[in-house]
Amino acid sequence: MQERPRLINLENVSKEYDGVTVLSDINLYIRKNEFVTLLGPSGCGKTTTLRIIGGFEKPTAGRVIFDGEDITQLPPYRRRVNTVFQKYALFPHLNVSENIAFGLKVARRPADEIKAKVEKMLALVNLREYGKRGVESLSGGQQQRVAIARALVNEPEVLLLDEPLAALDLKLRQEMQLELKRMQQMLGITFIFVTHDQEEALTMSDIIVVMKDGLIQQIGTPKDVYDEPRSAFVANFIGESNIIRGTMLKDELVRFCGADFPCVDKGFGENAPVDVLIRPEDLQIVGEGEGRLAGVVRSVLFKGVHYEMIIDAHETRFKVHSTVMQPEGSTVGLDVIPFNIHIMRPMPAEALKDTEGAESA
Amino acid sequence: MNGRMAFPPWATALMLLALAAFVVLVVLSIRRNRGFRRTLFSFPYSLWIVVFTIIPLLLIGYYAFTDRMGQFTLDNFKTFWDSNFEMNKQLTQLGFDPAALGSARGTVNVDTLVYSLWMALACTLICLLIGYPAALFMADRNFRLGSTLVILFIIPMWMNFLLRTIAWMSLLEDNGLINTLLKALGLPKAQLMYNSQAVLLGMVYNYLPFMVFPIYNSLSKQDRRLTEASMDLGANPALTFLKVTMPLSLPGVVSGITMVFMPSVTTFFIPRVLGGGNTEMFGDLIERTFLSADNWNVGSALSLIMMVLILLSLSLLRKVDPEGEGGSMI
Repeated sequence: MQERPRLINLENVSKEYDGVTVLSDINLYIRKNEFVTLLGPSGCGKTTTLRIIGGFEKPTAGRVIFDGEDITQLPPYRRRVNTVFQKYALFPHLNVSENIAFGLKVARRPADEIKAKVEKMLALVNLREYGKRGVESLSGGQQQRVAIARALVNEPEVLLLDEPLAALDLKLRQEMQLELKRMQQMLGITFIFVTHDQEEALTMSDIIVVMKDGLIQQIGTPKDVYDEPRSAFVANFIGESNIIRGTMLKDELVRFCGADFPCVDKGFGENAPVDVLIRPEDLQIVGEGEGRLAGVVRSVLFKGVHYEMIIDAHETRFKVHSTVMQPEGSTVGLDVIPFNIHIMRPMPAEALKDTEGAESA
Repeated sequence: MNGRMAFPPWATALMLLALAAFVVLVVLSIRRNRGFRRTLFSFPYSLWIVVFTIIPLLLIGYYAFTDRMGQFTLDNFKTFWDSNFEMNKQLTQLGFDPAALGSARGTVNVDTLVYSLWMALACTLICLLIGYPAALFMADRNFRLGSTLVILFIIPMWMNFLLRTIAWMSLLEDNGLINTLLKALGLPKAQLMYNSQAVLLGMVYNYLPFMVFPIYNSLSKQDRRLTEASMDLGANPALTFLKVTMPLSLPGVVSGITMVFMPSVTTFFIPRVLGGGNTEMFGDLIERTFLSADNWNVGSALSLIMMVLILLSLSLLRKVDPEGEGGSMI
């Protein structure tokens, strides 16, 4: 990715509510025209971070820098950002056009300019015929589009989106994901998107910021956080994973489940305890007696594109995705190529348990 | 009550008919068992409305258009317009010229009505001016005393309205609390009672909660995100209030205006206690006509006029706020 100027900088931002820490010492920069997603389970502080950028919350400590200028104390109506709220927050006493025109009217733009821009926005969000309709008569997806148009018409430098797709059904959500991405690329606006849906984050983002308990866990491209998660939490939260306790015998050789596996990671030292991450689709099922591990198929689920099999090997339960089905109870061999083994610094056991709960939430 | 004011036979018949219909409908719905519960539960209310609202309304209409002998007449309305009408009629029948005797047209009743409407308007306006900011404070989540304010407004309502009004008397009297205080401070005595201002004070005091609570209700149920959205779109707090908070609270305002204006116009007792004899309002006039003058016919005519006026003003409000909560009060 090419280097773009930094637009927003959060410097040591903390937030407490009545003594409870919601954000602790967040440092984050966002470049111009980036699509950044704040991802995490509920209560991780992602929405609070967004509200601090929007100006609806003041941080307990730290600074918010926007385009080189400290905006920490600036009220929302003086900031060059606009927000698409969760559940849209459309004005029920105004019709669709009036909702979209709100920001321009407040800014006292000339009437003909307002009219032209509103028309343009209605076209952009495919609601050309709906200008005179009341907002409460619209469907969820249409209200969503109005909320986006209402924010975008002001030509903000940054658009904040607070779980805007959470209320839509799957099909519509996927359409809107593409739609949002298209708009972001077309308009060249920085998007900061909050979601707890990892798939959404992977689909849309340039950069994903994974958060948990008010702390940033990892910042990276979707490919980075999926392929190279920095912790078991990130691995578990983004995509499905098998995380196994193991020992790094030396650089590029790890032992788990009683077998030695060559890998590509190094720098953990010798005989160091580590967590080993293997994605379910990276485990290869080979013939009985072949491969480094021997396992018994415990259950098989058909998932459409693939089968999900639970295979017990060496007292460890593996989740395996494969397009070839193995009958329940059969004995199979398991193997994994070095490139698909990912080594992480170990996490305390209870933290690992935490992530399982978060994933299902 | 004298015998001439007995219920007309048809009213008694209607009540009996309603009761009979009630019994028949209950029996039928039990028999049929179809939609049994819902219909059955609505019967007590229907009966209540028929016996205590519809039949009395019909009775008012009946009395307003008949004389004491039960004959159709418009004289009751003429009496509204010319309060000396009946006296002048008797004089004419006896062969005198009322004008020559110095008994001209009297518009006391009309004056009372105009005065009542004026007082009700003033009361409603003052209640709105005091009530809206109060409701704003109460609904403001950042204002910690908000809920205390709500309770402060509710507590006086636990007391009877007559008691509350009499309590004001002991404050405003010539030898009341305020004048005693003034005297102790060496200031001249103030005439606080027996004028329109005292009556207005009593009305505002009694009806203010009816303005505050509907507005408070519509403000506090407003989605907080809407004000955030408005600020997000560049509107400062003042503009946000004008463009979002205020328009969205209009149904509450309309409701409050209705709930204050209606009882204000028909206010009675307060003018008598705080205004002495100088400030009779229409409610008192109706009461006096029914009870003191024992004239149900003229009293009914006055009530009818009052009702028509209230309905007219409410339909005006309805034009302001077609779907609002206030309009549905009719």
